[in-house]
Amino acid sequence: MIVPRLALQSLRNRALTASLTVLAIAFSVMLLLGVEKVRTGARQSFADTISGTDLIVGARSGGIQLLLYSVFRIGNATNNITWKSYEDIAKRPEVAWIVPMSLGDSHHGFRVMGTTLDYFKRYKYRHGQQIAFAEGQPFHDLFDAVIGADVAQALRYKVGDPIIVAHGLGSVSFVEHADKPFRVSGILAKTGTPVDRTVHVSLEAIEAIHVDWQSGMPQPGQSVSADEVRRMELAPKAITAALVGLKSKLATFKLQRLINEYRAEPLSAIIPGAALQELWGLVGTAETALAVVSAMVVATALLGMVTMVLTTLNERRREMAILRSVGARPVTILGLLATEAGLLTLAGVVLGALLLYAALGLMQPYIDRTYGLQLAIDAPTRREWLTLGAIVAAGFVAGLLPAMRAYRLSLADGMTVRT
Amino acid sequence: MQRPATQTVTPDIVRMSGVRFRWRGARAFSLAIDDFALRAKERVLLVGPSGAGKSTFLSLLCGIVTPLAGRLEMLGTDTARLSSAARDHFRAEHFGIVFQMFNLLPYGSILDNVLLPLSFARKRRARAGQNGSIEAEARRLLSSLGLDPAELDGLSTANLSVGQQQRVAAARALIGAPELIVADEPTSALDRDRQNAFLDLLFAEIGAAGSSLIMVSHEEQLGARFDRVLRLEDIAIGERRVAA
Repeated sequence: MIVPRLALQSLRNRALTASLTVLAIAFSVMLLLGVEKVRTGARQSFADTISGTDLIVGARSGGIQLLLYSVFRIGNATNNITWKSYEDIAKRPEVAWIVPMSLGDSHHGFRVMGTTLDYFKRYKYRHGQQIAFAEGQPFHDLFDAVIGADVAQALRYKVGDPIIVAHGLGSVSFVEHADKPFRVSGILAKTGTPVDRTVHVSLEAIEAIHVDWQSGMPQPGQSVSADEVRRMELAPKAITAALVGLKSKLATFKLQRLINEYRAEPLSAIIPGAALQELWGLVGTAETALAVVSAMVVATALLGMVTMVLTTLNERRREMAILRSVGARPVTILGLLATEAGLLTLAGVVLGALLLYAALGLMQPYIDRTYGLQLAIDAPTRREWLTLGAIVAAGFVAGLLPAMRAYRLSLADGMTVRT
Repeated sequence: MQRPATQTVTPDIVRMSGVRFRWRGARAFSLAIDDFALRAKERVLLVGPSGAGKSTFLSLLCGIVTPLAGRLEMLGTDTARLSSAARDHFRAEHFGIVFQMFNLLPYGSILDNVLLPLSFARKRRARAGQNGSIEAEARRLLSSLGLDPAELDGLSTANLSVGQQQRVAAARALIGAPELIVADEPTSALDRDRQNAFLDLLFAEIGAAGSSLIMVSHEEQLGARFDRVLRLEDIAIGERRVAA
């Protein structure tokens, strides 16, 4: 097979330009695949934030809003739900477990959440993983707090450190619950979910720090000391939301309807997966924009390749005249050039994929640590294979452009090359 | 040269009658050949001033371009009836071509350059491989053209002198003994002594292969060594239209 070998040698003769072209294609492919990986990774991370919870119950609101404030700690609840409603739901025979959440206070910009000890058992993320303690233990005293990994890292807290909870959600708060300081009792292991950025306290503690408050302000002359509050009845009057696990998933829709039609107060129950889907529908436009941009980068790289092949065409007219003289058909020359373009693209695609996996391998722990984004290192999906195949095909087709020109040149040159 | 009586049954290598051709595009050079024939085993020197249409004539002769009108036969085959693919294949099987310069693919090995035409011509390949391998035949041709193949093995094509390159090109044209060798000023880059040495070797191999030769040159004094000297202007009318 002399002709393919000569074509390869011809390519090797132009190794520098060829390798730059391959590199450009490789980087564009890497970008395209990388965007796809980050996209699916982000989607997965989002979806992984909550696992094993069948319903989320909150005050009547949109599903996305309820999901955002209860699970992602983004935005605020429009209203609370009363403790009575909570107990009514908890008593339903379909309910296997229920975990209340009380939000609204913060500590240096990190949200404080009142809950029960069940939370650490019931809240699951990433395929049913449980929250683990890196240090210390759950809250047992009224003023114990369990902090997420990011909180501990950002504020350099250790077990035993005192913390003061601020009223409201701003990172700079002027109203603090300074009279009732908390103590860090435990630090959670990194989860890559909003749990890392949360300060967990007991429901009673939330009640305790607000016992002498009314309408969101401390009442002058009515302050209750930390010691006094310990002796008080601290039954919660209201919570923000509740996570519900069911005995049988079959009951999900029935209970959801029951809660949505609850008469005593307007409530919403959402299925986390469905609300996530809704959320993705919302951010889908941004995803599409990203995909379009990376597709344009690939197109640019292919254009660069066509330019490279076209510019070398003039020097190669002699080569083509020689091939023609020994009996190569113009179609053979067309095929050679298109094949060359296709091979360059193929090399670029393969290199790009390898580079991406190498980069993923190197960067994945860092990305997971820093952004809580778990990027999967797995074989390309069907969709990615199709994309890669389409790029190679596009390379062949793009190669036809210079090939057609070479075809016409080789016909026009005849026996002699006038260069 | 007296030809044997059997000659009449052997078809001419090339026969042109009433051929008209014009390049497309800005060059717009046209050539008219009323009657031309090249007989088997004939060695013809074609001379003519530059611009007379020698390259166009060779392109027609080799079937790289087809006439607009007239009849062009190669080995008794009317090439106008052949598809372009068949014409290319025909050229590969029956013609060996040596260019004036730039004959070799600079990145290919010397042996690959010589063996290149055999990729397109099955009969030539079979003929070249008659007495052993085609590589052995390539080496034999190279050495009988005055190149030591063993010495050349390590050499890149780009490192050869012009004279060496022309011999490799001649070996490529000769391999598999095609019926016609077409040489487009193969000696113009060589000095007089080398010209003669090159022609000696070329003629010896052509004689051994039984091929015909048509060689273009502007050096008429070489004519003594050929059967026939043809002036292009005697057989063809070239005309260059000034582009509007």
